[in-house]
Amino acid sequence: MAKSAKQSEIVVKIEDMHKWYGQFHVLKDINLEVAQGERIVICGPSGSGKSTLIRCINRLEVHQEGSINIYGTELSSDLKNLELIRSDVGMVFQSFNLFPHLTVLENCTLAPIWVRKMPKREAEEMAMEYLARVKIPEQANKYPGQLSGGQQQRVAIARSLCMQPKIMLFDEPTSALDPEMIKEVLDVMIELADTGMTMLVVTHEMGFANKVADRVIFMDGGEIIEQNDPKTFFTKPKNDRTKLFLSQILDH
Amino acid sequence: MADKQTYAPGSHPDLPPPPGTIGIVGWLRTNLFSSVNNTILSLITIYFLYWLIQSVAGWFVLDAVVDASSRAECREIDSGACWAVITKRIGQFVYGFYPHAERWRPNVAFVLLFVAVAPLLYPKTPMRRQLLWFSAAYPFVAYFLICGGILGLPEVGTNTFGGFMLTMIVGVTGISASLPLGIALSLGRQSRLLSVRVISIAFIEFMRGVPLITLLFVASTMLNYFLPPGTTFNLLLRVLIMVTFFASAYIAEVIRGGIQAIPKGQYEAADAMGLNYWQTTRLVTLPQALKISIPGIVNTFIGLYKDTTLVVVIGLLDPLGIGRAALADAKWNGLSTETYLFVALFFFVSCFAMSRYSLWLENRLSTEHK
Repeated sequence: MAKSAKQSEIVVKIEDMHKWYGQFHVLKDINLEVAQGERIVICGPSGSGKSTLIRCINRLEVHQEGSINIYGTELSSDLKNLELIRSDVGMVFQSFNLFPHLTVLENCTLAPIWVRKMPKREAEEMAMEYLARVKIPEQANKYPGQLSGGQQQRVAIARSLCMQPKIMLFDEPTSALDPEMIKEVLDVMIELADTGMTMLVVTHEMGFANKVADRVIFMDGGEIIEQNDPKTFFTKPKNDRTKLFLSQILDH
Repeated sequence: MADKQTYAPGSHPDLPPPPGTIGIVGWLRTNLFSSVNNTILSLITIYFLYWLIQSVAGWFVLDAVVDASSRAECREIDSGACWAVITKRIGQFVYGFYPHAERWRPNVAFVLLFVAVAPLLYPKTPMRRQLLWFSAAYPFVAYFLICGGILGLPEVGTNTFGGFMLTMIVGVTGISASLPLGIALSLGRQSRLLSVRVISIAFIEFMRGVPLITLLFVASTMLNYFLPPGTTFNLLLRVLIMVTFFASAYIAEVIRGGIQAIPKGQYEAADAMGLNYWQTTRLVTLPQALKISIPGIVNTFIGLYKDTTLVVVIGLLDPLGIGRAALADAKWNGLSTETYLFVALFFFVSCFAMSRYSLWLENRLSTEHK
């Protein structure tokens, strides 16, 4: 695969992927290609497998059939350098998952220092840059427990960015937040999208999808039901389940 | 104050609280005299404390005898406690039968203990980095100081060790060796490698399932059957090993509880950032698990420290053993109250210090709403 980052370069390629939790068939025959710089929003009712899908992409969940390729490397259990793949794929969680025993700055420098082997000074300078980008450099020496939910989630985004990932996964990043904090997090995500980052976002924020996404994917029952550009997706949904879902979340 | 001050909406300043709600007066009001019932209870308690201190202080201090050569002589002098049984034998209580001329050596080791422990317990110790090297060397320094045999220090047999010195040796060694071993066992118990897991579980369950006294008996007699003939294995060393193993099993379970209290999201975040197992354990899991486990760990340490008195059953003379020996002396016969109170006081001071330290540590490590 050509190294030059053309608009069309495929960075994530999922083919015929299946996953089960015990007897429960949670992901069914997933096929998905993500191009460099593409912004994808994944939506669907709860239990539809959308979180599981993006968690498979950095192997927090293990798929049983089919293949997932990240930058041409297939994810498998005998992969020696899974850590390296993971450090290229950043992830932001619904519940932030910041490390409560470390300060904001230490949260951000931990992985660069230990995984990227970056000198501490350099890591701290970079962390401060990203904290400034998510607009909370003044909180660097506080502990996560002293911040609001929105601030914590922005720290989590900065922490992921400090690994300088090529792909960012967002797993319902605003679902645990109070309404007035959702905007501050979405604003940061929109700015990130503007930098050309490849993003896969599981969210119910349809305004965000409309504004930012190149493609919206609708999942239900472990399958990709429909995918389209946001305009077509919201105005002319084809599938009945998509229509029902959209009417349920947009009707109030 | 006559007419009510009004402010425009949104411009109300912070005012001082009403008088009598803060400071000593405020504290007394809210805690001791907040209601009629509370006031009555407070007064009764104060009177009771006064009566208790007055009557006990007489026996303990005012009427007590510190210097006498026998119990009968004590009784002739005054009616209170006869502390002479302690003062006359204080050397034994502290050192056991360690030779008089060499007693400066355990003293030096004791003082150095604080130097070695300070950088571990207080991160703000001056020159912490350099001192940590000394902490690492301390076990050897203490060993050669107390046992001798090099640098012209006469060798002293461990069979002469006794009293508080013995308690400190067994307690400090047990505590400092059982923590790392306990951490290793708790990680081993959750290992993905079946053999490591089985060995850890078997060890923990065996050590926890057997009374310490049994292990001490095994240490003093049975080991000879298992070891090749001719191997001599110091009795004190065996006791140290058994006490350490015993405590580490408990520590392992306490830490396992701490590890299991860490939300799954913490591991997922560490995984997602590319940290490997050992990095996650060292940087994410253990700092949090140990912090959660502090009360349980210190609880186990205090238990271990007091359990060192059990070594008396295999013939080592800890403070209780020395006390018994003193009571067996015809001159001091019948002074068990004084003797046991003294030993109890020693243990209480040590254990209370550990307990306060753990509280301090918990506060220092608390990162919520500081």
